Amino acid sequence: MSNEIAIIGAGMHPWGKWGHNFVEYGVAAAREALADAGIHWREVKFVSGGATVRCGYPGYVAGATFAQALGWQGCEVNTSYAACASGSQALAAARNKILAGECEVALVVGADTTPKGFLAPAGGYRPEDPDWLRFYLGITNPTYFALYARRRMDVYGDTLEDFAAVKVKNSLIGSKNPRARYRKCFTAEDVAASAMVADPLRLMDICATSDGGAALIVCSLDYARRIGKGDAPRVAAISTVTPSFASAVVEMPDIATDSAAAAGIEAHSFRAALPVKAYEEAGIGPEDVDVAEVYDLSTALELDWIEDLQLTPRGEAAQWLRRGDTAVGGKMPVNPSGGLACFGEAVPAQALAQVCELTWQLRGMCGDRQVEGARVGITANQGLFGHGSSVIVKR
Amino acid sequence: MSNKPLAPAIEGWFTLDDQPQLIGSQCCACSTYFFPKQSRYCKNPDCDSTEFREVPLSRTGRIWSYTNACYQPPAPFVAAEPFEPYTIAAVTLEEEQMTVLGQVVTGVAVTDLKVGMEMELVLEPLHETEEDIKMTWKWRPLANQGGQH
Repeated sequence: MSNEIAIIGAGMHPWGKWGHNFVEYGVAAAREALADAGIHWREVKFVSGGATVRCGYPGYVAGATFAQALGWQGCEVNTSYAACASGSQALAAARNKILAGECEVALVVGADTTPKGFLAPAGGYRPEDPDWLRFYLGITNPTYFALYARRRMDVYGDTLEDFAAVKVKNSLIGSKNPRARYRKCFTAEDVAASAMVADPLRLMDICATSDGGAALIVCSLDYARRIGKGDAPRVAAISTVTPSFASAVVEMPDIATDSAAAAGIEAHSFRAALPVKAYEEAGIGPEDVDVAEVYDLSTALELDWIEDLQLTPRGEAAQWLRRGDTAVGGKMPVNPSGGLACFGEAVPAQALAQVCELTWQLRGMCGDRQVEGARVGITANQGLFGHGSSVIVKR
Repeated sequence: MSNKPLAPAIEGWFTLDDQPQLIGSQCCACSTYFFPKQSRYCKNPDCDSTEFREVPLSRTGRIWSYTNACYQPPAPFVAAEPFEPYTIAAVTLEEEQMTVLGQVVTGVAVTDLKVGMEMELVLEPLHETEEDIKMTWKWRPLANQGGQH
């Protein structure tokens, strides 16, 4: 029995720093997805929302908020919190509902208005909270990205020019994406002239936080066929696995890795583990992938993800980048949307935005950004507290 | 530096002697180390022990990676005026098979470091309060291996 579901609608509110209520972005994305699917809102029997916590209200950025804004119509509702992977968990909940035969059509939606300034922990003296502790000791988010970047330089020979080239590549393709927040074509000189934040990463190597919203209409294959969309792109796999003990890489917000000193315990990379389950579930391998959307919180991290997805051998992503192989038109295009470099991060929407881009790519609707003949796409992202996801979409 | 008394920035996380060590814990059943200390449940998926002993961790290790902080972090970080950038290292302890983050001692720059370099744990001020000087652990390149500064 197939465990696939069809994606018959995709929609996004453009990313930016609009400063409006997040509900507005989610509604706009949902309405675009409904129109794209050609169905009425009342046909949706399940709303699955990506969540985040704002101002102590965990239930506010939630599925029900969007269901009310679109007009209560008595459908069932779900809310998923999984940091940057919230959208994928919401998608997984919709898939389970559909495959269990409990509904035919679901709306999956995520949206956020990101607060201004640093994301800082709550006050007081709270050394038992790792997030409080690391800020007290002077360890910020860019610290972690920079540690990974510097290790690539020392171990694989990556250079500052390579990291800048990721930004140049993503800004060039993102300049052609009307939904992207940053649409300027940056040069290597622009990157080199930006302020150093955490050596070797400069301001333009690190992604911003944004407002945005993304939505999908997903349904059973039977329903898709009945409305004449039997050839719609399908969700072939969703991986939302936890890390495996012991962690090999020090992860935000921790001050140390796990210890792998016990008998029978090996150190594992979480990022590398995420796509493994997705490939198994879809019954395909990295050699089948035509296009990837990965979580480039930093330029260097895009290179890590390419290797974690096994799209290149370990340590060789920069060589592929230098040859143009990871650009649209190359043999393994990565982030044809422009990635987080051009969007900035809107946490509960971001994993869905990645799936939206793959949906449009697989339908051949991306114009100047189109990856020719794309039939299989994969996403990857990782967030706080052991949350992460990888989704495979195929046609 | 004033002559205020020295006090640990975080109580019970490291020793305060000339050869300071981080204080972790070790599972009595499976020998897994923990830092920060873990004393209620073991995180090894094959172990359900609830017994732990406090152990000092290795004072030396090798650099896994390193960076610096060019911008002042938000609170609860307490910055000097004016803010001085500082270097940060992630150091892997061989016996414990774990990697621990920390600032690097004042005066050592990113250009002085390399993956694999040997580092040792020392104490340096993190910030001053009205009553005392809060000390924390920092990593320092071991002598005789090219960590010039």
